[in-house]
Amino acid sequence: MAGVAIETDGLGKSYVLGLHQMGNLRETVTEAARHPLRTFARRRRLAKEADVLWALRDISISVEHGDVLGLIGHNGAGKSTLLKIISRITEPSEGWADVTGRVGSLLEVGTGFHPELTGRENVFLNGAILGMRRGEIRRRFDEIVEFAEVERFLDTPVKRYSSGMSVRLAFAVAAHLEPEILLVDEVLAVGDATFQRKSLDKMAQVAREGRTVVFVSHNLGIIRALCTRGILLDRGQIVADAPVEDAIDRYLEMLERAASEDLLDRADRDPTGKGATRIRHVAIRDASSGQPDVVVGGRQATVTVEVTEVLPEMQCRLLIVNSLGQPVTRLDSEVSSAGDRRDSGVGPTIECQIDSLPLLPGRYRIDVRVKARERVQDGLLGAAYFDVQPGVVEGRPMPAHGSDGDVMLPHTWRLPA
Amino acid sequence: MFKQPMTEPRQAPETIRLQATRGFSRVLAPRELWRYRDLAYQIAARDITVRYRQTALGAAWAILQPIGFMVVFSLLFGRLAGISSDGLPYALFSLAGLVPWTFFSTTLTLGADSLVMNQELVSKIYFPRIFLPVGVIAAGMVDLAIATTILFVVVLVYGIVPPLAVLTLPLLILILLATALGVTAFLAAVNVRYRDVRYVVPFTVQMWLFITPIAYPSSLLDEPLRTLSAVNPLVGVVEGFRWAVLGSVDAPLGLIAISGLSAVVIVIAGLAYFDRVERSFADLI
Repeated sequence: MAGVAIETDGLGKSYVLGLHQMGNLRETVTEAARHPLRTFARRRRLAKEADVLWALRDISISVEHGDVLGLIGHNGAGKSTLLKIISRITEPSEGWADVTGRVGSLLEVGTGFHPELTGRENVFLNGAILGMRRGEIRRRFDEIVEFAEVERFLDTPVKRYSSGMSVRLAFAVAAHLEPEILLVDEVLAVGDATFQRKSLDKMAQVAREGRTVVFVSHNLGIIRALCTRGILLDRGQIVADAPVEDAIDRYLEMLERAASEDLLDRADRDPTGKGATRIRHVAIRDASSGQPDVVVGGRQATVTVEVTEVLPEMQCRLLIVNSLGQPVTRLDSEVSSAGDRRDSGVGPTIECQIDSLPLLPGRYRIDVRVKARERVQDGLLGAAYFDVQPGVVEGRPMPAHGSDGDVMLPHTWRLPA
Repeated sequence: MFKQPMTEPRQAPETIRLQATRGFSRVLAPRELWRYRDLAYQIAARDITVRYRQTALGAAWAILQPIGFMVVFSLLFGRLAGISSDGLPYALFSLAGLVPWTFFSTTLTLGADSLVMNQELVSKIYFPRIFLPVGVIAAGMVDLAIATTILFVVVLVYGIVPPLAVLTLPLLILILLATALGVTAFLAAVNVRYRDVRYVVPFTVQMWLFITPIAYPSSLLDEPLRTLSAVNPLVGVVEGFRWAVLGSVDAPLGLIAISGLSAVVIVIAGLAYFDRVERSFADLI
């Protein structure tokens, strides 16, 4: 199919912050009672004075049918807002968007599943939620069930399903959706590896079939693999609209610039964070040189995360990501080991010691998430950047920069003499 | 890589323009409702199915509730207080009122929460939001059908043959549905912004029960108060039910007319309010 799938002109979305937007009934009622005539004018004026946050502004893009578009940017850059406008969930405050063709959203697994309904009933409900016609679902029902491998449990309520089974069923429904425009918002962040694999294959297939895909993810590796075009958003505006490689490069530069700022100044924090404690500073140091943010492969290194507040039961998760934006490894204090300690003498600092850093030479970044009281308190992508210098792993020198992969494992060979 | 043909022929897709709207635009757009009819059907089916799943008595609850009230009312008001029942057996008299009332109170309670309970859907999927309160009403209609059937059985057991006026029953039910839809749409919409509604609803339902002639006949009121009270559409519906099913003496045509008009106003006002604020649901919920 040729032609324009999505066209927007001067698209913007604003939110009014503060009490008068989200205010409670009492305020509205007492205000109305006190100033029955003034209320409207007064409220309008107050709304003007209150902070207006532009989540999105001046977005003018044109997406052809068959484009596979990746939206990238910090948290709060406006990616999800743009997706929400295109999918009609929310209205723009200014400008317009023309959408041609049926829009389908690949949602987080299980959105709209009802636990009391059986597998069969949920297939129909979920299909309708995703925008499928009843006849369409009926026609593809057997296929869906076979794909999900849940034939035997079709008439069992979904609440009795294992989590694996409900994920498979939910995905099977979504996989049989055939919209002209597919919107995907970070679904791949959830689910197990198999599910992620399947979703990726599905999206690659959709893209091959010449349908339009608009894709939001923090996983730049996936964006790079799937998308042909990238749009980089920052604070609600388009910074780059370019071939995906270029857009990603711009984003990585942006992240790196942000890491050199004071971390407390950064606004692109994990939106789910409660903020009772916040990440102040993150650094990685080589144990022998003590130099920050330059480490030698194979040697001992320590990551320190400085926070504003010490809370009981704090947990920290580090994600080390390579220069292509692909995660290399995750270090998570919630998965505990006998060697872990809680120490009252260290102040507001979390330390993670890596005995022998198995990373190959190159540039990496650290994404940090801090939890306390079982809730995410703060999270930052690209909280620190560091270079790995070539080193030695168990006496074996590392290959030079640019070789395959990101890690070198300690190993020994036995070769025929 | 090659482009596969679409698996099924489609009409040329139409272009939808998305922009800021004002005033009334959504709920009352029949094309929009029709486009999403399959989802409406699925939501209603879900609400009906889920209602009595994993309950021991199942759909029997649809009638146990009004019957329970009937027994209590008969003892308290019929026997002890000796309230008049317009010459009808008090049990029948109250049951005929309780059947439409139970539908109304249940719908109101569940319907007011319908948007908030489906937060996930509202914030992640587009569809005409009115389907959520409508789904609750559709589920309630199944109960109402069961309860009405049982009401007829009880009436026949008492040896009463419903009069010809029974033919007005669909009209009475229409008044009931319109009122329920208007009030539910309004409360559900307000609930998105002000969760205070959660505390207001049980109270409202109680008050509404008192001002509706269910335990007592509306003939206790003097004219013109009696006629005026029919501004509450439930007055016309309840008295209408008694007349249509039990054949109570005088036809409450005046009450039904006023209640019908009032129901039309309520349903238009409720839907209009819903329509005005629908566009902000996803941002506020």
